Amino acid sequence: MSCFQTIQDYGLRSIGIGERLLPKESITLCEQFTLIGSGMIWNIYYGVIALATGFFLATALAVAKGSNRRIFRKPAEWFIFLFRGSPLFIQFFFAYFLFLNLKGTHPFFGPFTAAWLGALVVLFLNTAAYSGEIFYGALRSIPKGDVEAADAYGMTGWSRFRRIIWPTMLRLAWPAYTNEAIFLFHATTLVYFSSFPAWRQKGDSLYYARYFADKTFNPFIPYPILAFYFILLTLLIIGFFGLINKRLNRHLPTERRAKTRGLPNLLR
Amino acid sequence: MFSFCSDPETLGTVGWFSCYLTTGVHFSFYISFFKVLLLLAITAPVALSFGFLGAMAARSHFAPLRWLGKFYIAIVRGIPDIAFFMFFVIALDQGFEWVRHKVLCPDWDQPIRQGADFLVCSSAKLPLGSSPEWIHQTYGFFLAVITFAIVFGAFAANVLYGGMRAVPHPQLETAEAYGMSRRQTFWRVLVPQMWVYALPGLSNLWMVLIKATPLLFLLGVEDIVYWARELGGTKTPKFTAYPHGDWRMWYFLFLLVFYLGFTRISEIVLERLMVRFTHGQATTGGEKQRKAGGAIT
Repeated sequence: MSCFQTIQDYGLRSIGIGERLLPKESITLCEQFTLIGSGMIWNIYYGVIALATGFFLATALAVAKGSNRRIFRKPAEWFIFLFRGSPLFIQFFFAYFLFLNLKGTHPFFGPFTAAWLGALVVLFLNTAAYSGEIFYGALRSIPKGDVEAADAYGMTGWSRFRRIIWPTMLRLAWPAYTNEAIFLFHATTLVYFSSFPAWRQKGDSLYYARYFADKTFNPFIPYPILAFYFILLTLLIIGFFGLINKRLNRHLPTERRAKTRGLPNLLR
Repeated sequence: MFSFCSDPETLGTVGWFSCYLTTGVHFSFYISFFKVLLLLAITAPVALSFGFLGAMAARSHFAPLRWLGKFYIAIVRGIPDIAFFMFFVIALDQGFEWVRHKVLCPDWDQPIRQGADFLVCSSAKLPLGSSPEWIHQTYGFFLAVITFAIVFGAFAANVLYGGMRAVPHPQLETAEAYGMSRRQTFWRVLVPQMWVYALPGLSNLWMVLIKATPLLFLLGVEDIVYWARELGGTKTPKFTAYPHGDWRMWYFLFLLVFYLGFTRISEIVLERLMVRFTHGQATTGGEKQRKAGGAIT
C-alpha cells in the first residue's frame, strides 16, 4: 500500500473519516506519521477553542480580581486559586464524573460526558484561570503615567479601559501569555487519559502514539514523531504570537519592546 | 476495624461511614497518599541535582557539553511532559533489560527485536519473573522516579541556568580580580548568590511537580488516582458489605481538596523561604529587609 493511499485512509481518521480499522500488523512508518498527525487535529481543536474563549473570561477575571469591590474580587480570587492550585488531571477526572452524575438527573448534560465538549469546558476554565492570573499581574504593572494621562484627557470607564488599560495590559502580559498558550496545547494531550472516552478510537495524537507504542512495543518511533509534531506546533504558536506581539508593541521604539523569545521560561 | 462493624447493615449513617472509611482497601488508599509524598521527597532533590548538572553543562566552555546541556533544557519546552512520561518508562525499562541481556546472556544469538516483540533472555528480565509482587511495585515506582527526575531536571536546569545568568556580572569580575580561579568563583560567589534569583522559578517548579504527581497513575503505579477510581466505582451487595452507588465524583473531589491544601501550604512555606534567602542580598528585597531592621521572620 502506497503512502499516498495511507494518507487518504487515515489522514482524517481521528474525526471519523476514512478507514475504520486501525493498522494492526506490519505497521509502517507512514501509517504512524499519518495517524499521529491526524490526532493533532484534536489537539489543535482543544487548544484553539479553549484559548479563544478563555481569553475573554481571563480578561474579566483579571479585572474582577483587581477590583476594589469585595463581591467581584473574592469570587475571582477563589476561581483562580481553585484551577491553579489543583492538577488539571484531577480536574478532568472530577469533571467527567460530575457530568456523569448530572447526566443521570438532567439529560441536558449528556454531551458533556463526551470529550469534545466536557474536556473543552475544563480546558476553557483552566486556561482562563491561568491567563487571568497573568493578566492580573500585568494589570497591576501598568505605568501610572498612562492612566493619569487618560484621566487628564477626560477618559473614564469603558473608553479608558478599552483604549488605554486593556492594550497596555495585553502588551505587558503577552510574553507570559505565549508561554501559557504553549503549555495549554501540551495539556490537551491529557484529555484521553483522564476517563473521557475516545469514542470509536477517535483520539488525539498521544492516544495514537500510545496505541502504536503498545502494538509494536517500540517507543522509539511513535513518540519522536509526536515530539516532531509538537515542536512544529510550538514554533507555529511562537511565530503567531510573535506577530501579535509586534503589533501590540508597534508604537514603541525597537529596543524597548518586550521580546517573546529568550525570556525565562515561565511555567504553569 | 471497630467491633461494631461486624454487621454494617444495621448501622446508622455515622457508624456506617466510620466502618466504611476504615476498611482494608481504604487503608491502601491512605497509604497511596504517602506514596505521592515519597515520590515528591525523592524526586525533588534528584531533579534539582539533574538540573544543576544540566545548567553547569549549558555554561560549559567545552562545546559538545554545552550543546548537550542546551539541548536538554530546550527539549522539554517544545514537547508535552506527558509524552516524556509515556516514553521514558518503556524506554528505560527496555534499556535496562537490554544492558542486562548483553551482560548476562552473551551467547544469545537471536535478535532482541523480533517484529513487534522485545525478547531478552529470562534471566535478564526486570524484575525477574519469579520475584514477589512488592519488587514489581518498587521497580515500577523506581522507574517513575527516574522519569520524573529527568523531565523536571530539565525544567530545573532551565531555571538554574537563568538564575546563574542573573547574578550581577561585577560580582564575578570582583572575584576574578581577587585572583579566584574559575572553579572558586563558581562555587564561592556564583552558586551562593544564584539561589535568590532561581527561587521564584524553583517555587513555581515545585508547584508544577506537585500537580504532576497524579500522572503516576499513567505510569502504572497504584497511586491515589488509581484507588479513587477503584473505591469510588459502584459496589453491589454481592461483593462487599458496604454497597454504594457511583461515588467516584466524591473521591475525586477529595483529591482536589487535598491538592488545593497541599499547594496552599507549599505557597506559604516557600514565601517564608524567600524571605530567608533574600536576607543580605544585593536586591531590592534584601535592601528593604535591611532598612526594616534585618529581622528574619
